[in-house]
Amino acid sequence: MSTIQVTGENEQHPDVALVASAVAGDVQAFEKLIRKYDRQIFRIAQHITQNREDAEDVVQDAFLKAYEKLDQFQGNSKFYTWLVRIAVNESLMRLRKRRTGKMVSIDEDIETDEGSVPRDLADWSPNPEQNYSQTELAKILRKTIQGLPPGFRVVFVLRDVDGLSTEETAEMLGLSVPAVKSRLLRARLQLRERLSRYFRSKKAGEK
Amino acid sequence: MTCTEFLALLDELMDGTVAAETRAQLEEHLGGCAHCTVTLNTTRKTIEVYRSNELYELPKSVRERLHQAIVARCKNGC
Repeated sequence: MSTIQVTGENEQHPDVALVASAVAGDVQAFEKLIRKYDRQIFRIAQHITQNREDAEDVVQDAFLKAYEKLDQFQGNSKFYTWLVRIAVNESLMRLRKRRTGKMVSIDEDIETDEGSVPRDLADWSPNPEQNYSQTELAKILRKTIQGLPPGFRVVFVLRDVDGLSTEETAEMLGLSVPAVKSRLLRARLQLRERLSRYFRSKKAGEK
Repeated sequence: MTCTEFLALLDELMDGTVAAETRAQLEEHLGGCAHCTVTLNTTRKTIEVYRSNELYELPKSVRERLHQAIVARCKNGC
């Protein structure tokens, strides 16, 4: 596994000290890590499982598993990277259970028309999201991203919503860098095309 | 540059990781291609709209319940 974070002696990541205290038995230090990352873990779990109850269970189980294995945590990778890996595996496990044994994997090869020129040429209104209420918009965004395969959703969320690097995303998902790049491009283009249905500028006379 | 070639470099262009020479070629293509200009702008907007809207909020009450459950189990050695 590649080292994703090279830190000098004076620029230690703040999580390193919290992890060390937690390993030494300080539960409060671990609680700080929970507060710091629970919302992101919940978001990732929701995007993969598409089920609220499962996502809540993933948050709980991922942190418990991390605590249990904290002494095995390799300090050469970020705590958050390691935690997301655990959460992604837990989420996939739950997704498989719901789909009763149907194979679900982040690296399943999905045939899409990668690299082809998008069909929908329509431009969008200047601020298309303003045509919808907050609730309607959230519903549209959820429905749109739910149409993507889990492996695309999670790459898009880690890279574009959480703002993580391609290398970090690859390490979290156990994918190669080119695989992350390919999924990201396809996820972005597919979301764009699907959102066009709601956001494209209306022609005269169109309802 | 064709539209397909432009599209293959779309992510690098948006992420600002293309070399200056390639960037110039991409911009030249954009200058004469309304189709790719729309694709670039609306893809940027797609990312922006997802980034600025939290789709899955973790309610405070659920957060607290989860924290208590996790911490209680940790204190008991999991």
